[in-house]
Amino acid sequence: MLIGRVIGTIWATRKYETITGFKMQLVQPLNSEMEKIGEPIIALDTIGAGPGELIFYATSSEAVIPLHVEMAPVDASIVGIIDSINTEKS
Amino acid sequence: MLLGKVIGTVWSTRKDENLVGSKFLIVRQVNLELEPQKSTVIAVDSVGAGFGEIVLVAQGSSARQTTFTKNKPVDAVIMAIVDKLDINVKEQLKEILEN
Repeated sequence: MLIGRVIGTIWATRKYETITGFKMQLVQPLNSEMEKIGEPIIALDTIGAGPGELIFYATSSEAVIPLHVEMAPVDASIVGIIDSINTEKS
Repeated sequence: MLLGKVIGTVWSTRKDENLVGSKFLIVRQVNLELEPQKSTVIAVDSVGAGFGEIVLVAQGSSARQTTFTKNKPVDAVIMAIVDKLDINVKEQLKEILEN
């Protein structure tokens, strides 16, 4: 999984039918030192993360699992909201 | 998913037989200000996206999880057409202060 911060939301009425009803969040990928890595991505949110919250997300076809639907074209899903991180300086 | 803009279409007659009947659109990645970036992908359309529309593209094996792309050698599918992009104002302020 990867760490990210929710920086916004996407609204889309015309979309593939099995992903209706799920919120699509704009996520800025971060490393564990909270440094930005790469461009923001869009991740589906079944957890209910709020704007600005620190989250972690799964990518690839595993991202479809939290939706509990048979098939869905989703390659990133928020799977948890981070309470705290502690790391050894390496 | 990737944020992009539909900028064209690909026509191909000699192709993998599984791809017969698929519609290929060219999507150029855009940033949050919707400015075009360098990279483009060829994606199968599953929602009827039109030229110039801002769309979301799912990539990798998830792209095969639609009735349009099941069991096809496809790793990018357009699965949403963006109506609105809400960027959290706080983030924008932070960015402006950082730069």
